[in-house]
Amino acid sequence: MTTIYEQRPGLSRRELLKRGTIGAALIISGRAVISPDKAWGMETTALKPETMATLIKLARDIYPHDTVADRFYAIAVKGHDTKAGTDAAHKELIEAGIADLDKRAGEGGYRALGWEDDRVKILHDIESTPFFQAVRGDLVVSFYNQKELWPHFGYEGESYSKGGYIARGFDDIEWL
Amino acid sequence: MAAPYDLNDDSVVVIIGSGAGGGTLGNELAQKGIDVVVLEAGARIEHEDFINDEWDSFSQLAWLDHRTTGGGWRVSKDFPNLPAWIVKAVGGTTTHWAGASLRFQEHEFKTLTNYGKVEGANLLDWPVTLAELEPYYAKAEDKMGVTRTNGIEGLPGNNNFKILKAGADKLGYKECHTGNMAINSADRDDRMSCQQTGFCFQGCKWGAKWSTLYTEIPKGEATGRLEVRPNSHVVKIEHDDSGKVTAVVYADKDGKLQSQKARIICVAGNSIESPRLLLNSASSKYPDGLANSSGQVGKNYMRHTTGSVYAVFEKPVHFYRGTTMAGIVRDEAKHDPSRGFVGGYELETLALGVPFMAAFLDPGGWGRPFASAMDSYANMAGLWIVGEDMPQEQNAVKLHGELKDKYGMPIPDVWFTDHPNDVAMRNHAYKQGEALYAAVGATRSFPTPPYPSTHNLGTNRMSEKAQDGVVNKWGQTHDIKNLFVSDGSQFTTGAAENPTLTIVTLAIRQADYIAKEMGAGSI
Repeated sequence: MTTIYEQRPGLSRRELLKRGTIGAALIISGRAVISPDKAWGMETTALKPETMATLIKLARDIYPHDTVADRFYAIAVKGHDTKAGTDAAHKELIEAGIADLDKRAGEGGYRALGWEDDRVKILHDIESTPFFQAVRGDLVVSFYNQKELWPHFGYEGESYSKGGYIARGFDDIEWL
Repeated sequence: MAAPYDLNDDSVVVIIGSGAGGGTLGNELAQKGIDVVVLEAGARIEHEDFINDEWDSFSQLAWLDHRTTGGGWRVSKDFPNLPAWIVKAVGGTTTHWAGASLRFQEHEFKTLTNYGKVEGANLLDWPVTLAELEPYYAKAEDKMGVTRTNGIEGLPGNNNFKILKAGADKLGYKECHTGNMAINSADRDDRMSCQQTGFCFQGCKWGAKWSTLYTEIPKGEATGRLEVRPNSHVVKIEHDDSGKVTAVVYADKDGKLQSQKARIICVAGNSIESPRLLLNSASSKYPDGLANSSGQVGKNYMRHTTGSVYAVFEKPVHFYRGTTMAGIVRDEAKHDPSRGFVGGYELETLALGVPFMAAFLDPGGWGRPFASAMDSYANMAGLWIVGEDMPQEQNAVKLHGELKDKYGMPIPDVWFTDHPNDVAMRNHAYKQGEALYAAVGATRSFPTPPYPSTHNLGTNRMSEKAQDGVVNKWGQTHDIKNLFVSDGSQFTTGAAENPTLTIVTLAIRQADYIAKEMGAGSI
């Protein structure tokens, strides 16, 4: 599992405002994608940071869980950057796929489309492409297999070390 | 002689595979004083080392060798290189199975007679009857500690079962209970009782669920007559000029080819690898593969008519807690053609963790409909459909025309397309499953497509006449007297029931036959 590091990027609030990155938009700084609240940042090594920011948006549009923070989506797509570092074909697949998304979205690109419906319309058009399949196929594991996310779904994970559920509610349903 | 055995020892029975068929047969023969070498492709992983994590466990246990698929089934589109979810490890798929242990029904041994000719299906009566198998079923149930047999209490029902039961009652179903499970409801046979941990599919870390890994195999080894060689991947069976099989060529843990001589060879590699091995062992004497004079090796691949129904309720269920297969409805298992199909199906509870639910709920699904379903995970209940599917000749395990494994042997190419009877049955089961959950207040339900197959059957089928199948009523190949098939590939038809109990039953019976014939000097 790739991890992202917590950081305080060296950008002042004033600088951020100057760049016009207000609201929920991810910030691009050098090789890094930074969350608007500056709670986390992720450096890219092979993919363009703008590509990574769009991948994060795309990941949320594929599996939209509104109460799950961006960093879980960032962790989930980080693997594409790692893979792109050693696999030129994969790098091309992702960069070209994102470029295509931006082109289809028109001025400002995919991330600038305000309504999810408008973005999803584009995704339906590219649903069968190798790019979309590669992103979705990877994401279904890299997103839902994050243990830190399981409490969101009410899933408790490993139970052997706690003695199973025999004394922890395997038959505790009361509303039937 | 005693284990371990020399490669040139031609007095041993060599069994290929250590799962329900191979592991049981090995122990049964060893108990009779017969020398046995079990060659297992996978590693030996003891139950303490199993992992309570779906993907990590999948990497640890699943058979992930390269395979291809074809035909109209959705698995071929969603999981093109994973036709089956089975295990490569000592104990085979008995590490992964859920434990449901049901006898076949009498009419299911005579499908051609009872269902009549079904267009496009290759139905055939088994050359054995339920009455002949009953004493062996009884032995298997005792060996495996099946609940609700031999005075063994049923398992307690978890939340998922309670919902199933409440819905079954509302629909007027009469036969709904916590199943006949090879999972200890109390300490038995030096194994502890079920702790309701979940993760049955990931291998039972307590050893409460029966698996050959920690029952048959160590018992056989204790006799000094059974040697299990893990990491031994069989590539070919050899024969002499008379046609008798004489040796098994396998790649050892270092990938080096070895040849183990044998008096008798029993193939128990599950319904994909077993026919593949027979086909890959073709020679100038047997140009179509071993035991294939009928042309039926690899044909009639069955996988049960499956599917799942998951349903969301207003309040939490936490269905992942406790036994994965925690209960059953048997009312639809009868043969009642008025429903629009022949044969029947069982409804059995099933739960998946979040990682596998995401992978299997609606493979390829995305967007709000999918994400909102996942957001309802804690409030889900679920069941699995397991019904009799039609044997069809074109549903087959074939050798790939070009792709080869690292030992140079063609990889298996698994073809499957639903028969119209399968489709009608699945649709009926979806409707019943959704009605069952609606009756107890489900707000949304999902008719989930079949997963990669865990019940792989029929590719070396049993037949009365040599022209109709591969093995006789003892699992002995029609063509070669000292070559046997000992797994689910010998099933003539699939019945509605989970296959493991019947595989074990046939293995116990086959051991008696092999011992008798060896004693008589006829093999």
